[in-house]
Amino acid sequence: MQNTTQTQLEFPMVMGQPYETLPEDLFIPPNALELCLETFSGPMDLLLYLIKKENINILELDVSNITDQYIEYIDLMDALQFELAAEYLVMAATLAEIKSRMMLPREIHDDEEEDPKSALIKRLQEYQRYKLASEKLALLPRVDRDFYTASAALPEIKIEKKEIFITKEELASIFYEIKSRPDLKLSHQIDFEELSTQERIQIIMEILAKRNVVSFSKTLRKAEGRHGVVVTFLASLELAKDGHVELIQNKTDEIFLKSLRGA
Amino acid sequence: MNIQTVNTVEALLFGAGRPLRLSEIRGLLESDGVIAELSDIKKCINELEHRYEASSLEIIEVASGFRLQIKQSYSAPITHLWNERTPRISKALMETISIIAYKQPVTRGDIEDIRGVSVSTQSVRSLLERNWIKVTGFKDAPGRPALYSTTKEFLDDLNLKNISSLPELPEIDEDSDTQVLSEVV
Repeated sequence: MQNTTQTQLEFPMVMGQPYETLPEDLFIPPNALELCLETFSGPMDLLLYLIKKENINILELDVSNITDQYIEYIDLMDALQFELAAEYLVMAATLAEIKSRMMLPREIHDDEEEDPKSALIKRLQEYQRYKLASEKLALLPRVDRDFYTASAALPEIKIEKKEIFITKEELASIFYEIKSRPDLKLSHQIDFEELSTQERIQIIMEILAKRNVVSFSKTLRKAEGRHGVVVTFLASLELAKDGHVELIQNKTDEIFLKSLRGA
Repeated sequence: MNIQTVNTVEALLFGAGRPLRLSEIRGLLESDGVIAELSDIKKCINELEHRYEASSLEIIEVASGFRLQIKQSYSAPITHLWNERTPRISKALMETISIIAYKQPVTRGDIEDIRGVSVSTQSVRSLLERNWIKVTGFKDAPGRPALYSTTKEFLDDLNLKNISSLPELPEIDEDSDTQVLSEVV
């Protein structure tokens, strides 16, 4: 049995004193760093790590400080000839942009453009949600890792094959019987379209002339049945294609037709 | 329930080695000449559950139906048996599948927007090969990118019955600062 008790993490002793904190000038072998960098799933992950390391809330992000650290990491990765994904550089550029903007005196607030810092914070928050979710998901019991399915070997399965006994005379008589069947087939008759799409477009347009929005089911006539639905649907698609209406569907199954004339 | 039917249901679950739906079991019994209601089959399963209580087996309902499993407390020895069978899933791939699971259907672009890195063809393919995701449509956008959703197998493999039994997606930063901010706005 390998039932080892968890050992307390022991601090190294230096001159009879426990050494509790890492020395500032600790040399980290480049290979170790490379390994550590590889664990980041992307620039967002690296950025979150840096923020977490500073022990600050994302909202209090000190861009200037983080930018310097981030670029330091990037430089290291570069120096180690770590193949750098372009996205890391894009993030470095974004950070540098935010930092430089903050150094410049504030211009009159431009509402059109979103503040890049708050945009970055929003992205980080959104990313963090899914990162946390993915960590939870990774911990869920997984088949063939945490649990296994059960099955049993199949018993011998006998499949009975029925042999067909038939004489050649029988075969011949069946063939003649088929040959001599009267030709009862009718050529397929195609009915004229009783409901015209063109006409339906007119009807929908008339409805929409009175009101701006109409639900799809209101444009139907029960008596026309399935064909009516198809024709009406084709008509609404046709109208949507030509830009006369907009088709809207909410969480329900209902489709709404919205007139675009006024827009 | 008659013991013969209970045993037949057991045999089916053992023989299938995959989840079976109640309706599927009913169909299989029917072709064997046994007419049973869905509720009867559920009773058979309950009976089997009872039978397995003192064993290493259990019946679990997952997205694709009922499945025979080995109780998780007996996983450890099997892990040694199937050691090399389980490919590890990288952190990046886990992020990708999470985004698909919580936001489905999504395009590759949607995943990239959140993760801030390009999603490799390789990672999408490996999820497709695992049968964890499938293409459920194409977005009405330039290039008509494929929309991905998770599959029943994904839920099966995580012992889940439906997508809503996934752990809840964390809200944006639970810190009080966010609340204060939203109150101000």
